Amino acid sequence: MSEASFRFEKSGRSIMERMFEPPEVGRMSPVASVVAYILLAVWTIFVLFPIYWVIITSFKDAAAVNQGPFYVPFLDFQPNLDAWRSQFNTDPYCDLPSVARQAWLLVYNSFVFIVSPVVTLQPMEPQICKTLLAFTNSIVVSVFSTALCVAIGAMAAYALARIQYKPKFGNILMFVALTLLVIAVTSYAGVPWWLSSAVALALFFFLARTIGRRFQATVGNGDILFWIISQRILPPIVVVIPVYMMFQAVGLLDTHLALVVMYAVANLPIVVWLMHDFFANLPIELEESAQLDGATRFGIFWDIVLPLTRPGLAATTLLTLILNWNEYLFAVFLATAKVQTMPIMVAAKNAGEKGVFWWEMCAIIVVMIIPVIFMAILLQRFISRGVLLGAVKG
Amino acid sequence: MASSDTLVQPGISPAGLSQAESWGEWFDRHARTFFIAPAVTLILIFAIFPTFYSIVFALSRVRFTGEGLRFRFVWFQNFAKQFFGNDQVHFLGKVDQMSMFGMAFFAAAVAAVLWWLYRSLAITNWIGMIGRLISAAMAIFVAWIMGATLLSGNPIGTLLTTLFYVFVGCAVQFAIGTGLAFLCSQPIAGKNFFRVIFFIPLMVTPLGVGYAMKMVADMTKGPFEPIFAALGLENWVWSASPWGARFVMMICDSWQWIPFIFICMLAALENVPRDHVEAAQVDGASSVQIFREITWPQILPVAVTVLLIRMIEAFKIVDLPNIMTGGGPGSSTESMTLHSVYVWRANDIGTSAAIAYLLLILTVVVCSSFFNYIVLGQLRKAKA
Repeated sequence: MSEASFRFEKSGRSIMERMFEPPEVGRMSPVASVVAYILLAVWTIFVLFPIYWVIITSFKDAAAVNQGPFYVPFLDFQPNLDAWRSQFNTDPYCDLPSVARQAWLLVYNSFVFIVSPVVTLQPMEPQICKTLLAFTNSIVVSVFSTALCVAIGAMAAYALARIQYKPKFGNILMFVALTLLVIAVTSYAGVPWWLSSAVALALFFFLARTIGRRFQATVGNGDILFWIISQRILPPIVVVIPVYMMFQAVGLLDTHLALVVMYAVANLPIVVWLMHDFFANLPIELEESAQLDGATRFGIFWDIVLPLTRPGLAATTLLTLILNWNEYLFAVFLATAKVQTMPIMVAAKNAGEKGVFWWEMCAIIVVMIIPVIFMAILLQRFISRGVLLGAVKG
Repeated sequence: MASSDTLVQPGISPAGLSQAESWGEWFDRHARTFFIAPAVTLILIFAIFPTFYSIVFALSRVRFTGEGLRFRFVWFQNFAKQFFGNDQVHFLGKVDQMSMFGMAFFAAAVAAVLWWLYRSLAITNWIGMIGRLISAAMAIFVAWIMGATLLSGNPIGTLLTTLFYVFVGCAVQFAIGTGLAFLCSQPIAGKNFFRVIFFIPLMVTPLGVGYAMKMVADMTKGPFEPIFAALGLENWVWSASPWGARFVMMICDSWQWIPFIFICMLAALENVPRDHVEAAQVDGASSVQIFREITWPQILPVAVTVLLIRMIEAFKIVDLPNIMTGGGPGSSTESMTLHSVYVWRANDIGTSAAIAYLLLILTVVVCSSFFNYIVLGQLRKAKA
């Protein structure tokens, strides 16, 4: 640094040089830093302004919205809580006790959900306000699907990082052929779906050894990992139409279970991709010594590996939670009435005869995005510690 | 460890084979299956099976009847309708007499693609050539559509609208996101503050973004009304002009997705060894030289990977156009996903599945071309 300072601190620099050249290595010249701060400030305003506008609009009344733009509360317009009250207060059942009952219902149903997943969270009071119902639906669906997705994804990622798999190529081909056969038989010959799939599954296990011996080629862990991650390329619109029919066939349309499963599958590639990176970077010696001491695979995974990857696990969970909270397309198809989530309810508000009540809309949007913004700020702490970005560099 | 019976190997029952192994031991012996089976099964049932099942829908005319769905096999009619039949204007755009400009563009594109194929003859085997032929066919087809619709002054369809969101949108987002990351990697105060603020839009519910932007971009009651009035634009409405609406859509999509590029590129920039840059500074290199010669080559592998991820997600755009314009004016802001949703709402499941399949083919060909010809090349160069 001393040589560098020597070069830059030589006396007799002109004003232009002082303005455009950095005073020393690792600093910026005055002009460059002014330009940088201006650009950053402009972008900060660009980012925050829409959010600010939504928040102040939720405190406006009809007149303040319709009579031209007003920017600053208390100066331009008098803020009031009408929009918020109409969300939670117009309805007789939306008072405080009712909120408490709904919260209790949320906890109760979550337990029931684990025992019997088909149960649908229904409002205890038939006229409970829709905002609260949608909010509880959103919480139940995104929490359970995140738990499912992270649990399954972390297990698969760990297995792909540590255990050698060699499925036979012939078996994979046979599985695909049997799947196509099931589809053809079910849709054109009218055989019930459960019968054809049961027969196909039995055939698969019956023929697996025989056919597997014919085709000796195998696929490795890398191929399986690539296959799982590449599912992210699949546009959701391709799968959602058949999935709608499948859930209709088993009578699970418009239940929490349908949404939970579909959200989990949609985010599985991300979880496997990120978690695989964390597991692969752990030193293997700890696990090897635990194995010598007689620990089981699950014991190693639960007691040693998971605690070591806690920051990565937390960051992945947070990211999945946010993605599930924001999910829209699957909910449009699968949540027709009872399990409407926040995004669906907000989208439905658009179609009104008297036009959109922007102030009410903004109140719901604030309710919808406040949790996400808090989670995003939490997640940002992990990202700036470099927790989530290893996978991108691979 | 001292007593002898703790040294028994796990998995082998000490009493010999006659004793049934306990549930725990059986479970542990099959642990390799139990670890991966749930994920693979879920993906097989809810992603792979529906993808195959979608072919049945796409090749049939599906009708709702009293006892369920009725499939009537119609071969490729649903697809042919998009290219030659009555849905052509919706999907491809108005394909009409090609203008001189369009023809010149088409000829140039074909020449470039053929030259690229000729060059790649020398460097790949026949499997690689098949892949390249598919990419080339797609490129020539898209060039023809662009020449016949966009460059001949005809309205464009949902195919080109989707490609516009993907390519123009990704380019804008990449340029701005990398620029912001470069600014934030400089020695400035309050770096963490900017990081947190710039990250937020990525996580805001896309639907909320749509409504917020609809209000902000409103010409008569929105916050920029005085600016529009000062520019003499109070009679112009972006939502009534096809390209105006598309650009507004792209700007709103960029508002949401620039943070993603920003975060990843910032991490890449901070990984560039500090001493390389400082050594160059001491040697008197200008900042442009430093960026071009030292920083850029080191962040290029991350840049192309991030761009690939962003492109994959960009093909799925649906919430923004649905909320902000409902696909309008006409169908000019409809992405292919939204096109498929609207056809589904009209109860034409076969056609809806066919459009979804076309989107799948487009996404897979574009993304795997980008991956094979650009990302893999950069990753190999970085490893070498």
